Amino acid sequence: MAVKVIIPTPLRPYTSKKESVELQAATVSEALASLTTLFGDLKKHLYSDDGKLRSFVNVYVNDEDIRYLRGDQTPLREGDILSIVPSIAGGTQN
Amino acid sequence: MATNTRISNLPESANANATLSKEEVMRYSRHLIMPEVGMDGQLKLKQAKVLCIGTGGLGAPLGLYLAAAGVGRIGLVDFDSVDLTNLQRQILFGTSDIGRPKIEAAADRLRNLNPDIQIDQFESRLTSENALDILKNYDMVVDGTDNFPTRYLVNDACVILGKSNVYGSIFRFEGQITIFGAPGGPCYRCLYPEPPPPGLVPSCAEGGVLGVLPGIVGAIQAAETLKLIIGKGEPLIGRLLLFDALAMRFRELKLRKNPECPVCGEHPTITKLIDYAEFCGVRGEEAANPAQTTVPEIAPRELKARLDRGDDLFVLDVREPHEYQICNLGGHLIPLGELSRRVNELDSSREIVAHCRSGKRSAEAVEFLRSAGFRKVLNLKGGILAWSDEVDASVPKY
Repeated sequence: MAVKVIIPTPLRPYTSKKESVELQAATVSEALASLTTLFGDLKKHLYSDDGKLRSFVNVYVNDEDIRYLRGDQTPLREGDILSIVPSIAGGTQN
Repeated sequence: MATNTRISNLPESANANATLSKEEVMRYSRHLIMPEVGMDGQLKLKQAKVLCIGTGGLGAPLGLYLAAAGVGRIGLVDFDSVDLTNLQRQILFGTSDIGRPKIEAAADRLRNLNPDIQIDQFESRLTSENALDILKNYDMVVDGTDNFPTRYLVNDACVILGKSNVYGSIFRFEGQITIFGAPGGPCYRCLYPEPPPPGLVPSCAEGGVLGVLPGIVGAIQAAETLKLIIGKGEPLIGRLLLFDALAMRFRELKLRKNPECPVCGEHPTITKLIDYAEFCGVRGEEAANPAQTTVPEIAPRELKARLDRGDDLFVLDVREPHEYQICNLGGHLIPLGELSRRVNELDSSREIVAHCRSGKRSAEAVEFLRSAGFRKVLNLKGGILAWSDEVDASVPKY
């Protein structure tokens, strides 16, 4: 399945400044694996040492949080949009 | 329809005894002639009590619009003073306010805008000790803070007190906006159970913000606050609004209440305020940069002396190219994010001094290079900021 992954601003330094990446994947897990293969530096920002998706990074398929779908086993359809949404705290200074 | 459901803990209708003066009728006439606001809505605004946490980038437009709209009582919490770098986006303040406490300058500005409303000033940092006392007197809270510990503190205090929290946060060109803590709605911890550990979040490296971005995000927070007060429209509850100013695009994601949320779930494990600095892994400025204290350093004056002496030092600048344009020490530029794949540009037999703006990113670079087998790598302590302070004042600070 051809899907598009939208990279949030804080993670763009690790994806050669790319705002989105198109790739082939049948599940969320496959999509993220191929994304972190393409951009090795991204891995530690998405996964903790025990291989789990970090809890301050949420992944959405279209407008739905994968935690309320089938997690990283959520199947993807052609044209799906994956969003990686990390928490940002900025308001004034940062 | 959301317009018929209860979306906040505010009264269903305005107090029958409240009225508007002749002058107030004129001041708010553009509200009064709209049926969605009308006299009833304007009286609700007049009786509303809103606490704005932070009077910076988000708090500025927020405070201005809430005061202009006639929100009867506005509390402001801030402990900072106005400085020159604030003025690029914090439109509450002017050049003549530099050095003044923000809370004082903000209150003056809002009182001048609308003398009919009450402004409460809390010149302090919001803490686990004072948060409940400050928040309890308000109907709702608007979060315009800039750090994770305060975000979690505000969230938990709002959940404990049953107050809605109109949330906005920004990063460079991107904003996130939603309402947490509304009856039946999700809270911040439902979205993000835990904060990122310090050091993993890009900070000064990719920091910065388009000046108008907090204006847009803060104005959206103001709109949501006014809607909650008058009880009209569809509030941004259970929806996370993402705004990208660069693409000029809004997107909306579903936000669900997590039944297992430790603070607002069915069996909460957090029922009182905790130590948020500890929770976020932050212990003061120094502890926030653990790498900085563990890597070998060189002080700016020592580097200057060694360079003047003609020592063979390789100066490595790990900032971004646009920062190099602002000012530089003539070092070899490899942004931190590219270091791992450009490491072959470095000669491990030479002594390397890495620097960035403040010393934090370069500490990470030193740590990385040491783990990659470089033995002679030093971090310039305090970065280019310290260089400007201690060696060459003509180097601009940013």
